[in-house]
Amino acid sequence: MNCIIIDDEATARAIIKQLCTKIDNLVVLNEFANAIEAIKFLNQHEVDLIFLDIHMPSFDGFDFIQTLKNPPRIVMTSSDPNFAIEAFEYECIVDYLIKPILLPRFEKAIQKSKSSALKQRVSGISETNESVTENELYVNIDRRLIKIDIPSIYLIEAKGDYILIKTEDKNYMVHSTLKKIEEKLPITLFLKVHRSYIINVKKIIDIEDNSVLINRDVIPVSRSNRPELMQRLNLL
Amino acid sequence: MESPNLSYIKNLSGGDIPFETKVIRILKEEFAEEKKTYYENLKKGDLKLTASNVHKLKHKLSILSLEKGYQIAETFENNLRENNTDLSKEFDTILNTITTYLKQL
Repeated sequence: MNCIIIDDEATARAIIKQLCTKIDNLVVLNEFANAIEAIKFLNQHEVDLIFLDIHMPSFDGFDFIQTLKNPPRIVMTSSDPNFAIEAFEYECIVDYLIKPILLPRFEKAIQKSKSSALKQRVSGISETNESVTENELYVNIDRRLIKIDIPSIYLIEAKGDYILIKTEDKNYMVHSTLKKIEEKLPITLFLKVHRSYIINVKKIIDIEDNSVLINRDVIPVSRSNRPELMQRLNLL
Repeated sequence: MESPNLSYIKNLSGGDIPFETKVIRILKEEFAEEKKTYYENLKKGDLKLTASNVHKLKHKLSILSLEKGYQIAETFENNLRENNTDLSKEFDTILNTITTYLKQL
């Protein structure tokens, strides 16, 4: 992860820079005494995170945010706690640090920033997959392209050089691999529970120890895939 | 009055002496400049700008662990925003204390 620091106080910049050295894999790309210089830099560089002071002469932190079309994640820094509520009205602001900043609080801000980045990525994947779900999957069987409705698939089983796709109405034996079809399926619906099986998690009937009942098939769940399966379930 | 100290900087440095040296140098230079600007704006009667100067100086007070001084500065900053110079003498005392302390470093 990389970052820049925007603060009109040289002392504050030096302190934040020092705090950054305590975080693994956090690189300070540059530091700026005013936000206008930072805008120029942002037009030419990809920045993951900005440490942004609120109180700056003529062009303050909030003015700066409003000029950005796609702001990166921002951690606000200020001696004044009174702007925190206003700050969190901006989606890009992941945390608000009161000066003087202490290391444990700084580490927490970095953690929040990382979590926020992860959420953005997951939501991006989910949006992509929604559009995939709308589309059907075409498979090549005996030189014919056959359309399969993705949500109707409940199980895919590896069979040597082939995969067996099971839907509620019909089964299809296709020359392909689990890896290839996994890439075409929405991760919100499908999960590889074993090296030979991908299941549609919406079609699970029950789970017992290391197996799931899906339609009339009992499918093994490998130990390494079980935690992810459990996470997907709406457990009471 | 409470005494300034470098405990925050020492804590942050974790024994990184070049960092300590660097940040103290920056602190000294910046403090002298901000103090000068503060007195200039106060003399001119530009209390809005003076409040901004106090705001910046306030951070230095917290870096030097002047907790009570920080509270005085905060109230003084609010006073200035309301065109009131109450607490300016108390703030003078704080600035003088810091000036003396930084000279020793």
